Amino acid sequence: MILIEIRNVTKRFGDFIAVDNVSIEIQAGEFFTILGPSGCGKTTLLRMIAGFDAPDSGQILLEGKDIIDVPPERRPFHTVFQSYALFPHMTVADNIGFPLKMSGKTRHEIMTLVTKALEEVELSQFGNRYPHELSGGQKQRVAFARGLINQPRLLLLDEPLGALDEKLRENMQRELINLQAEAGVTFIYITHAQNEALALSHRIAIMNQGKIEQVDEPARIYNFPMNRFVADFIGKINMLDASVIEVSSSHLKLRVTGLGEITVPAKACIKINDRGVLAVRPEQIRIAPEASEMNTGLQFIGKIKGFFYIGDVTTYNVELPNNTWIEALLPNSEPGHAKLFEIGDTVVVSWSEQSAQFLPN
Amino acid sequence: MQRRMTLLWIASILVYTFLYIPLIIVVIFSFNNSKLNAEWVGFTLHWYQTLFHNHEMLLAARNSLIIAISASTLATLLGTMAGLAIHRYKLKILPILAFTPVAMPEILLGVSLLLFFLQVLNLTLGMFSIIIAHTTFCIGFVAIIVRARLQGMDDLIFEAARDLGATPWQTFYHITLPLIRPAIIAGALMSFTLSIDDFVITFFTKGVGEPILPIQIYTMIKVAITPEVNAVSTLLMLLTLTLIFVATRFDTSVLRSESK
Repeated sequence: MILIEIRNVTKRFGDFIAVDNVSIEIQAGEFFTILGPSGCGKTTLLRMIAGFDAPDSGQILLEGKDIIDVPPERRPFHTVFQSYALFPHMTVADNIGFPLKMSGKTRHEIMTLVTKALEEVELSQFGNRYPHELSGGQKQRVAFARGLINQPRLLLLDEPLGALDEKLRENMQRELINLQAEAGVTFIYITHAQNEALALSHRIAIMNQGKIEQVDEPARIYNFPMNRFVADFIGKINMLDASVIEVSSSHLKLRVTGLGEITVPAKACIKINDRGVLAVRPEQIRIAPEASEMNTGLQFIGKIKGFFYIGDVTTYNVELPNNTWIEALLPNSEPGHAKLFEIGDTVVVSWSEQSAQFLPN
Repeated sequence: MQRRMTLLWIASILVYTFLYIPLIIVVIFSFNNSKLNAEWVGFTLHWYQTLFHNHEMLLAARNSLIIAISASTLATLLGTMAGLAIHRYKLKILPILAFTPVAMPEILLGVSLLLFFLQVLNLTLGMFSIIIAHTTFCIGFVAIIVRARLQGMDDLIFEAARDLGATPWQTFYHITLPLIRPAIIAGALMSFTLSIDDFVITFFTKGVGEPILPIQIYTMIKVAITPEVNAVSTLLMLLTLTLIFVATRFDTSVLRSESK
């Protein structure tokens, strides 16, 4: 069932088009993420859904009814802000109970529900504290509890984990997944952190310069990016300039300068002589010592130019025969080894036909 | 580091001494059993007794209180509204319009108000004209304080309130008002003290009728600085201190710049 439909929404600020003819459908119960670099228009889009800004054109539909003229307080949505936006003059309990108070619940009902909510976010002893007496993670949990207390149809989250440190963020990500599953509330999550988007979402919309580039499940976004922007924005990817020399229903044949002809899986709407890039993820690239035997037809001799040790993995920079550098990622599964190759080593570089793809310019 | 701290202490003691010695002297000499403000003779409450029998002075004090309370109430109301508007609508002209009277030399304001009352409004000068004049120059102070308070706050909390189901009025009542309350109280206090001891503007807009406290005091020292003036000043000081005390009891963050 479609809960929210954004239909051809455009928003301008002066000459600047913040949101450019965006259309998205969001299912009830979905964890939907809008991912994009800062300034791509994702927050503007969120503010229009929440009702703080009105679109210049287009419609926002809640279960088929246009809600453009409904003020924020009458939309059954709540927002969790990056700055938490807790009311500084109210206790934690009063903050969480605020939506209930506004909807006219009795003091007794409010107390019962707030006590339960405080337990759920493990802040039972903190009901009488003020927001400035809480840590970042605790404030975050208060903001979630406040946003979910009167079971909104939709929770909008604007980079809610942005202000937390790395370790806490990972814990909160796990909590968020549980929270969403338990509450059964539809989430629209705004972030610029791609790993967060991949880890949390059912579906992701990639946004760039006010436009939606691709809407898909995380694994499909990662493995089958629609264009160069998506490929580059999500994870790392090696790109080699290429042009199409043969098109068939099962594959494309590309010419890559200095490397010869390389076959990749077929793709819709590609014609002969199209220019673009051959794209391969670093973890899909295999490198092996020079002498070792390789079964695949596709292989090149490369030279190790550098490496970057992260701990669990090491990234190697390998120079290909056409003098371009690519990155290959190898897990450090052998104990005690920081790297498997030395700078200057000659290696055999290869990848499977299925793991590479052509992205047109 | 240690030496720096010592210097800092010495400097602050000097500054505070410079500020408070004259005030302390006024208080002491208001109890001095001598007609001259020269040397300490002995303790007396005589000057306070004279003061309370001075009909003209009591009338002036009553008038000044009425003016200060009315003007500060009006200025607080209008100034708070101005502060909110300046913060909300980012029109560059608004702060200029509201804050200019604050920076304007009082004498200029006095003269222009006088001309305005007499020639444009055809008003008879008196209590009413003084209240309007005082309200005019106090609005700016209240607006500045309220706006400064709002600037230090996360604007998102007002949107968050709307988002969580509060109408614009509920947002004002439950969120905005409690948050700017310290600023409103500080503004009201400031307006009151500015109004009660204002001389220049009062002088221009008072007309000939009612006696007003600062002008009454001035008339007294034109003859001679009597200890009676010291007594009035001491009482005025007491009133101000009480107000500050009450305000801080009412809300402890009035005199602190940070938000709770």
